[in-house]
Amino acid sequence: MFEATAQNRRNRKVEGLFRLLFLWMTCMLILPVALILGVLIVRGGPAISWEFLFTQPINNMTAGGILPALVGTVWLVVVALIASVPVGVAAALYLSEYAPDNRLTRAINLAIINLAGVPSIVHALFGLGAFVIFFRFGTSILAASLTLAVMTLPVVIVATRESLQTVPLAFREACWNMGATRWQTIRKIVLPNAISGILTGVILEVSRTSGETAPIMFTGAAFFLPFLPQGVLDQTMAMSLHLFVISTQVPDVPEHMPFGVALVLISMVLAMNGISIAFRVYLRGRKKW
Amino acid sequence: MSVPVRVSEAAGFAIEVEDLAIGYHGKPALSGVTLQVPTQEIFGIIGPANSGKTSFLRAINRMDLMTAGMEVSGSVRVEGRDVRSWRNPYALRQRIGVVFPLPVGLPLTIYDNVALSSRLRGTRKKADLDVIVERCLRRAALWDEVKDRLDSLGSLLSGGQQQRLTIARALSQDPSILLLDEFSIAVDPVTTMRIEEVLAELKSEMTIVLVTNLVQQARRLASRTAFFLTGELVEVTETETMFEGGAQDPRTTAYVEGKFG
Amino acid sequence: MPELAHAADRRDAAWWVDRAVRILVLAGGLSAIVFIAGIFVFITREGAGFVFDRFDFREFFGSPRWTPTSSHNPTYGALALIAGTASVTGLAMVVSVPFSLGAAIYIGEFATGRVRETLKVLVELLAAIPSVVWGFIGLSIMNPLIIQTFDVPVGLNVLNAGVILGLMAAPIMTTIAEDALKAVPDTYREAAEAMGATRWQVTFKVVLPAARNGLVAATLLGVGRGFGETMAVLMASGHSINLPTSPFDSVRALTATIAAELGETAAGSDHYGALFTLGIFLFLVTFAINFAADVFVRGGQRKHRRRGRRPAASANP
Repeated sequence: MFEATAQNRRNRKVEGLFRLLFLWMTCMLILPVALILGVLIVRGGPAISWEFLFTQPINNMTAGGILPALVGTVWLVVVALIASVPVGVAAALYLSEYAPDNRLTRAINLAIINLAGVPSIVHALFGLGAFVIFFRFGTSILAASLTLAVMTLPVVIVATRESLQTVPLAFREACWNMGATRWQTIRKIVLPNAISGILTGVILEVSRTSGETAPIMFTGAAFFLPFLPQGVLDQTMAMSLHLFVISTQVPDVPEHMPFGVALVLISMVLAMNGISIAFRVYLRGRKKW
Repeated sequence: MSVPVRVSEAAGFAIEVEDLAIGYHGKPALSGVTLQVPTQEIFGIIGPANSGKTSFLRAINRMDLMTAGMEVSGSVRVEGRDVRSWRNPYALRQRIGVVFPLPVGLPLTIYDNVALSSRLRGTRKKADLDVIVERCLRRAALWDEVKDRLDSLGSLLSGGQQQRLTIARALSQDPSILLLDEFSIAVDPVTTMRIEEVLAELKSEMTIVLVTNLVQQARRLASRTAFFLTGELVEVTETETMFEGGAQDPRTTAYVEGKFG
Repeated sequence: MPELAHAADRRDAAWWVDRAVRILVLAGGLSAIVFIAGIFVFITREGAGFVFDRFDFREFFGSPRWTPTSSHNPTYGALALIAGTASVTGLAMVVSVPFSLGAAIYIGEFATGRVRETLKVLVELLAAIPSVVWGFIGLSIMNPLIIQTFDVPVGLNVLNAGVILGLMAAPIMTTIAEDALKAVPDTYREAAEAMGATRWQVTFKVVLPAARNGLVAATLLGVGRGFGETMAVLMASGHSINLPTSPFDSVRALTATIAAELGETAAGSDHYGALFTLGIFLFLVTFAINFAADVFVRGGQRKHRRRGRRPAASANP
């Protein structure tokens, strides 16, 4: 009855072609990366052992493990989080719950976009000029972490704001109508329902922070430092910089070592992201209204 | 700007509105409204969609402070005092209960929903809260249905139950004024009738402003009724007069007779 | 009655706490402005000496000679560095813009349900790979691959860095482009489909034009990302000063120059100031790019809001 006209058939064919084309383009973005990950696993996998993870590097970093770099990265990330999460959550609360639609709010939003867009090496210059030199923290975990904190602040702000926005306005209005202040509303209704989303954002920030290299190069990370940091004013090694150093700066490193470091680093980052994504999927499945 | 505290000449008015105009981002939504709501009676507001009824309610409890772009001019006096002279508008809102068109069960337990207002005002004792929760749920005709599951989420109740929960929550504020905004939109007729009975009882204790899309509901409950049309107050009269063909404006008669809207 | 109203009107603890929190979170919001201003102030502070004493506009933008360590005649021509950055970014965009938009269209308009969610997650994971790992991939995987495939002596060049950068920028561009497509109201699609248009007709004739601003913004942000990328470009581009004439030439990028040289300069020296001046230049350019992208994003949103608006003065604004 509904006989397919030639026009119709042609349309369907073209539609199928376009569909294939776009699918192919999508795959072209994902497949190379999958291949690369495969290579990393094949060539870096053999390097990984308890000894590799938990001993000091020896022989000018051409042998031994990566312990100080691992521990250093943890230090950097933790201090950066302590500095940026409270500020980022506050900023997001302001933008989502308090800010009127005015010039100041637009300026804050523009500043956030730019903080996220400024090249990491410029953040490094800022960290050097501000934290290392001006505030006299020297090249230290503190200076490096603060640089990372400023750089990843937008990650926390954006994730927190998004998760605050998922709480329906009707809930807020119901509270306000009862005479609750904005803060009471936030504390009783908004935050309890947004906290897991905020956590997702924080995990994302951990992932981002642990992979950054340029911002810590001149502010606190050292090429080679065969002992563990004792406090925030010490310098430290870091995974990301360690990968850069042993793959470009040190001669005669056996090939499996940088592959091993790259594999550990990327596993850390992807694991964090995976947790964050899994968490989000879980939250979406759990209905509270 | 200091507004003198004025004792209303006729102490019998809970709300006095003079030359009220409301706009959003410069676009007028309601203008030139002057009316008085007598204490302890049900005051009906009828009118088709977009006639400014909700905006009117929002101006009474100063929700313009919480709404981007909402501008209010003219004066609204609650219990004789201009609402804009309140230094703590939250305290003003505590005295005014609000029920919305779509029920809002907060994502808290049923118990916490009803106890929230008292807790915000510093009541901590479990025994006191228990009393308040039971009393308010009973008055909202919800107690029997939920008394065995007070710790389940209020936001997951059925629409009709959530609406009664919203009313219980409003009552828990112990308000002197109750604003109801088309409460029956998302509620089945049986529940609507039950809530109407509750309202008829409540009017001996508080002033009720009932915005409704059902003209017959206003006729059943309200002693005076205002008719709003496209951002204007057409008229306010005794409900009986309005429905018995005594309206001054032909548009009012046409609306209550169901000729438009 | 009025007395009662009076008694209730006290600024109680809750009022003051709310006021305090408002100030606190405002401070958090303002910190973003403070930081972005701080970045400009501090890099300018370190670079100012060079800008005022030594900076020569024509040399900086006109000369490809960057020899800051020369003992008798240091020169600070950034042309080759700008060309390096531009060539790598340009190639990256050529590679990634079509693929990113294609992927965004597939994910946003064709894929459904589980496939769509999976692809989105994969794209998000791609965006998470640290730039130093990308650089390492360029160095250790792409490099031998290029040498073998094209039979060239060196595999660290514009091609290598461009492809790496393209793969890096693609996830971000895909995500933003998909957001832009999603922002097009479904009523547009339904209206077109009701008239008998097929999916790709709807996409090309209705959705893409409507999302144009957002797509431009996505591309701009991709450019910004490429322009500012440091570690990957440093490791994959060959890092040698060249005005490139073919994709197989090694080049050196602005960002990479700072990363490679800053460690070896004395604070306050001309060389040090020159590197900060490069930083100022990078900051200003990326600021302009981000600003432009934001203007486009906003323009797009406003357009849909104006067209898709609900009737005036809605009851619940």
